[in-house]
Amino acid sequence: MKIGVLLKQVPDTETKIKIRADGKGVEEGEIKWVINPYDEYAVEEALRLKEKAGGEVVIVSAGPARATEAIRQALAMGADRGIRIDTTGIEQDPYTTAVMLAGAAKNESFEIIFAGKQAVDDDCAQVLIGVAEKLGWPHVTPVEKFALSGKTATLQRPVAGGTKEMIEADLPVVVGCEKGLNEPRYASLPGIMKAKSKPVAELKASELLGTERARINVTKYSLPPERRAGKIIPGEPEAAAAELVRLLREEAKVI
Amino acid sequence: MGKLNCTDYYMMDQLLSEEELMIQNATRDFVDNEVMPVITEAHRKGEFPKHLIPKIAELGYFGANLPQEYGCAGLGNVAYGLSLQELERGDSGVRSMCSVQGSLVMYPIYRWGSEEQRKFWLPKLAKAEKIGCFGLTEPDHGSDPGSMTTRAHKKGNKWVINGRKMWITNGTIADVAVVWAKDDENVIRGFLVEKGMKGYTAPETKGKWSLRASVTSELVFDDVEIDNTTHFLPGTKGLACPLGCLNQARYGISWGALGAAMNCYETALKYAGERLQFGNPIARYQIQQEKLVWMLTEITKGQLLSLQLGRLKDAEKMKHQQVSMAKRNNVWVARECTRLAREILGAAGIVDDYPIMRHMMNIESVYTYEGTHDMHTLIIGADITGLEAYRVSEDKKK
Repeated sequence: MKIGVLLKQVPDTETKIKIRADGKGVEEGEIKWVINPYDEYAVEEALRLKEKAGGEVVIVSAGPARATEAIRQALAMGADRGIRIDTTGIEQDPYTTAVMLAGAAKNESFEIIFAGKQAVDDDCAQVLIGVAEKLGWPHVTPVEKFALSGKTATLQRPVAGGTKEMIEADLPVVVGCEKGLNEPRYASLPGIMKAKSKPVAELKASELLGTERARINVTKYSLPPERRAGKIIPGEPEAAAAELVRLLREEAKVI
Repeated sequence: MGKLNCTDYYMMDQLLSEEELMIQNATRDFVDNEVMPVITEAHRKGEFPKHLIPKIAELGYFGANLPQEYGCAGLGNVAYGLSLQELERGDSGVRSMCSVQGSLVMYPIYRWGSEEQRKFWLPKLAKAEKIGCFGLTEPDHGSDPGSMTTRAHKKGNKWVINGRKMWITNGTIADVAVVWAKDDENVIRGFLVEKGMKGYTAPETKGKWSLRASVTSELVFDDVEIDNTTHFLPGTKGLACPLGCLNQARYGISWGALGAAMNCYETALKYAGERLQFGNPIARYQIQQEKLVWMLTEITKGQLLSLQLGRLKDAEKMKHQQVSMAKRNNVWVARECTRLAREILGAAGIVDDYPIMRHMMNIESVYTYEGTHDMHTLIIGADITGLEAYRVSEDKKK
């Protein structure tokens, strides 16, 4: 079975974000880059499927040269090869990203694609849906349980109120992976040693995009306002509680 | 290029390969997720967290710098060192487990064992299907192992071993012990003694204030008979063999100690930034800054020392006296860092909510084992002056 995984390299979640002087992006110099955490579930699920069904796991990522590091990490976990779509100089938005990834996926004729349910940097959660749309495949997201029997996948989604939705989908399908789906493995030392000899192909973004252009134009990034210091209400619990209620009503005007 | 995920003031990551960076990052993650949550409790109880052994083995940490044909990861020595740094950032006991299994048990079998012994033992030790220990030190022979009294008497196709070894990491839990003993010609030889062999026992050493999350034992050999073909390491001849093993382990310790030092420094730096006294974080005060700067400077120097040592080791140009320098310096740095960090944390430094005193107690062992700080001083001294300060014969004394 030929299994695709869509992967994005994102800043480590502990990164202190600094906005670029032109306001159109973030300073990248100090950032430590990691695999988008939700994509790690996607890699793990793909590897588990391969262990059961055999075949090949191919990592596809659209990004600058540094994105190869994230692909290598997935290869160290056990994926077989990678494809990086070089986006240098391309205006990337969820739409163009989806077009490029779908183009690469089409060439590979995957039977199933796993992706994180969203990337933790821009939180758009649009790309996997866009890829499914461009491929003409169904998608299911966010998925917290996955099983495959023959050519039919059984997928579980959480629905508001704690209800679970069970979905059956015939392959091919794009699966958006949610936390809890699995416990991603660590890259082993032999896995890391092997990763360097696994192939990572490079595709040109312009060739996959054709005449398609970004549809979102980010005008400005700004940091959230600094949180004001909290207020500690001293005194006995009863009096303090009364004072808290008064402040919530009269100052914060929230009750 | 990726980055080192640890203290790296001198951008050492620019001197590392992508693979070396990945291995440091991966080990750091493993230690944060698997070791940190359990190590305080293990230390309190004085138990090795045994459930970690299969996980550590599965990820390939045992004998990681030995060749892949024997089921090992085949790492370069710098990557190997970085992994030990991260393991000891967790705890010296966890790193000691790896050093013993890899450098002191797998290495001598690899180096001086027969091809049959290598094929039989190395994959099993790498997967931790078998645990090993290393018996050199004796109750009365520590820094001077050449005067050991454990004997191996040749009897046909058998050897009969008698004697005692002490301060043996993993002894009680080991399935196989690499034991050094003198033959009938007074030549030191290496043997494999297996758990359950008649006359062999390994009682645990109790009451330790250091390396509490690690098993330490005595090994007792009372007419233990072993087979010459299967359980004698045929390439071993003389004290240089066990010392060769120790050089492997000492190299790893030079990195490991930095991990403990970094954990103390990183903890102290964070604490100093958060702890308010006289209305300011104590990190603002010059005395605390001086301590932090001392730690960082010495850690940085130690990193560069170990890095170059690793490059020399890969190029097979490393001298054992250079290993002595890195082990001596970096463990001393770690020892000082534990104390400075404890001072910065004040009273908080003495409780096990923080890792400081655990590292402080551990490093006392590391300061002494694998060649004491003082012995390494004399080894380097002998190298540069041509005069040995320790093996002075009675004649020369006169």
